[in-house]
Amino acid sequence: MLRKFMRNHDTTDIVMWLIGFGLLAAVVYGSYVTLSSGKYAPSVWLDFFIFGLAQGSVYALIALGYTLVYGILFMINFAHGEVFTGGVFTAYFVAIALEKAGFIEKNWVLSLLILMAVAMTVSVIVAVLLERIAYRPLRGAPRLVPLITAIGASFFLQYTYRGIYGSGVKTYPDFPALDGKLHAFGREWPILTTQALVIVVAAIMMVFLYWYVQKTKAGKAMRAVAEDKEAAALMGIDVDRVIVNTFALGGAMAGVAGILYALLFKQVNAFMGFIPGIKAFTAAVLGGIGNVPGAMLGGLFLGIFESLGPSLFLDGLGIPSPYQLKDAIAFTMLVLVLIFRPTGILGERLSEKKA
Amino acid sequence: MDKELKFTWKDILKYGAIGGIVSLYVILVGMVEAFDERYIIAETINLGQVTLFVPMFVLAYFAANNARKIKSTAFAIIASALVGLISGAFVAALLVLGTHYNLRSVFLNVSPGLLEILHLGRESMMAAILANLVIGTVVGLAAGLFALVPHRWSNALLTGLAFVLLMGIMQELMSITFGSKDWYKPIGEFIYAKKGLSWGGTALFLVLGILLSLWRSSPSLHPGKKVAKMPRKQRVTVQLVAWALGLIILLALPRILGSYPSEILTTVGIYIIMGLGLNIVVGFAGLLDLGYVAFFAIGAYTVGILTTTGKLATLGWNFWMALPVAIFLAMMAGVLLGIPVLKMRGDYLAIVTLGFGEIIRVLVLSDWLKPYIGGAQGILQIPKPRIGSYVFKGPEQIYYLVLAGILIVGYVAWRLRDARVGRAWKAMREDEDVAEAMGIHLVSTKLMAFATGAAFAGLAGAIFAAKLGSIFPHSFNLIVSINVLSLIIVGGIGSLPGVVVGALILVGMPELLREFADFRMLFYGALLVAMMLVKPEGFVPEKTRQRELHEEPLEPEIAPDTPAQAEI
Repeated sequence: MLRKFMRNHDTTDIVMWLIGFGLLAAVVYGSYVTLSSGKYAPSVWLDFFIFGLAQGSVYALIALGYTLVYGILFMINFAHGEVFTGGVFTAYFVAIALEKAGFIEKNWVLSLLILMAVAMTVSVIVAVLLERIAYRPLRGAPRLVPLITAIGASFFLQYTYRGIYGSGVKTYPDFPALDGKLHAFGREWPILTTQALVIVVAAIMMVFLYWYVQKTKAGKAMRAVAEDKEAAALMGIDVDRVIVNTFALGGAMAGVAGILYALLFKQVNAFMGFIPGIKAFTAAVLGGIGNVPGAMLGGLFLGIFESLGPSLFLDGLGIPSPYQLKDAIAFTMLVLVLIFRPTGILGERLSEKKA
Repeated sequence: MDKELKFTWKDILKYGAIGGIVSLYVILVGMVEAFDERYIIAETINLGQVTLFVPMFVLAYFAANNARKIKSTAFAIIASALVGLISGAFVAALLVLGTHYNLRSVFLNVSPGLLEILHLGRESMMAAILANLVIGTVVGLAAGLFALVPHRWSNALLTGLAFVLLMGIMQELMSITFGSKDWYKPIGEFIYAKKGLSWGGTALFLVLGILLSLWRSSPSLHPGKKVAKMPRKQRVTVQLVAWALGLIILLALPRILGSYPSEILTTVGIYIIMGLGLNIVVGFAGLLDLGYVAFFAIGAYTVGILTTTGKLATLGWNFWMALPVAIFLAMMAGVLLGIPVLKMRGDYLAIVTLGFGEIIRVLVLSDWLKPYIGGAQGILQIPKPRIGSYVFKGPEQIYYLVLAGILIVGYVAWRLRDARVGRAWKAMREDEDVAEAMGIHLVSTKLMAFATGAAFAGLAGAIFAAKLGSIFPHSFNLIVSINVLSLIIVGGIGSLPGVVVGALILVGMPELLREFADFRMLFYGALLVAMMLVKPEGFVPEKTRQRELHEEPLEPEIAPDTPAQAEI
């Protein structure tokens, strides 16, 4: 039996599996040590979990942009993290103006809606310009060419924001109405109000997107183009327009994600989009890139894993200050998923060859 | 894909608006003000103005060129002038808005200093607006006239202007060099004014550039072709003399230029070594590696840990003992990274390597590994390499180390390119499946590419550690990988001379222009996009790649049968 196994798998496969099992064993062992030591109370785990859920829903919204574009063009829009930054960073100035006018205290719901509208608009503009200027002329070029372009665009946008808006870290104004734990239905819930809001808004946006892609005519056109561009064009679908639509939709999601991110973390700067961008890409791959519900699940999973991970297994392995390694967890996950299951957890949407 | 050729008044508006928006972008991003003090010509024209007016000029030039194809020459000139005028109006509008409203709370760069620059030396607002419009029109008009000049001459003119720009930018640096030795002081005084070139220097370099360009473009005088026509024996002699001359100049450079330029040259040299390595991975084998900086870091850290006499002192080896270990470890890391990504292609590979690079960066910065590699404080007190009593202490000495590195690595890369493995890499780059079917062993070929590239980066890292004497994790971030990638793309993917040219442009220039440092990555990003859109084969293209990307249709009669591609 071993011989048969060896025949079907070459040495590099086996090495990879060994590394994979090693990591898995480390995670299990670390978690076991932490849990059995009882270092963290159950309520702390719940806090971690909810925080993970909130940041995961932000990742999920960004991931939708990657997945939509990949589904249609088979390209990684590397600059999508900067689409996200553009919206939230521009909305910052509106937020400051609203705060000065005392409007945030007077009507926080409307303020939030205004901020979202601004962020969505700017993100959509950035995404559409990106498509028009940088990607459209390269459609049909060898695959590395648009990727290099996207990397260039990503850095160009980062340093454009830095040049125009300044390099410092800016603090978003506070929403006094959202301070503290959530009070609803006559009792206090073990969740911060901002986190609850972030999760709810993200859920609404995801349901909207799912409805848009599945039920509307524009969504149908999008799916048709993703399936087969030539055939879609023959059916009278304006492919260019569908692609612009897709970028705009991804941009809108990134704009909302930006405001939610600002609610959670309170800070913006010109380079803030890069790391969430890569993590969201991880989430998109995790769920099966090109697959809309997959991106949502992937985002939530990654958010929770990243939030629980450092205290769950890194602590158990005896690594000092495990929170410094939070980003390493996400990146390791990215590498492992791409190596072991590039089609993602849900996805058999596209094979390696087709992609 | 051919658009119908037309050029109407609406197009003029469009070109003008684009020119204006790009000019506004350049202003808002802060370039105009930052470059304001960098004079090119005799305290009259500075780099800020150049960056402001170049977009207008380019757009007006395009407008004139397009208009000329459809309508009369006169119309073309009017069109270009109008484009300039509209662009100028955008700048004037910013001036008015910036004076009356406080734009600074959002756009950081709309400072009083900037508004003063936009006043163009006029006192009153009306005069300033008028001046902007007039200058816009003049720039547009100049572009229109330029579009009418025959191609060969306009090329020559551009080369001349580029010469002037380059020499003007280098004023500060060259003045130090010229000031250092008595016998060439007068030359410096003739060429340069207090700030920027003197008028005499400007004329000199303009004419020099024009002549050089004409000489190269003339079919009978082109140096390369002339040599190629010589009999074999003579040709070999000429080439040998040229090589020897080049080598002598390279050896003498630090003595001629002095300390600061040598410092720049060593930095450029380290990037050339890395570029040659990444060129093997990306250029020859077609594997886009965004985590390349990891091998550079491994080389640097190996030398650092093995040789340091500071807090983290371990073995206290000398540089020459640590060097092979550094290269070997980098190479092993290359193989280790190569194994998991063997089955990946294209963009997934890029993202995974990026992930690896980031993981290594996070690990290096963490408290976990701090006792071994110093965390954020890095490794200090790395001794300088020495041979006998000769110590490579300053940039003028390290230069020779770098030069030796480049020559060795360049030779290896050059020999590998046409060797069996080099041809295998290229075959793999074109099509993995076909290459495998032709009997190429993909696993070993890929690993060989990763290992060679990583070894070069390890060497570069080792020299880097020796040069600085201390290393910190923030010297090894993603930006380095992007820099190296940019320079090989600008030079020409897969092209060896391209790496040198790319490194000189992308690494050398920012060192010369210190105000430029803030815009370095902006420029790189824009350059990556622009190169991919306009000149994907780079400035010094590899021959086969150029043929590939600019393929002449071999059999035009087949074309009508395959229209499917053109639809989308």
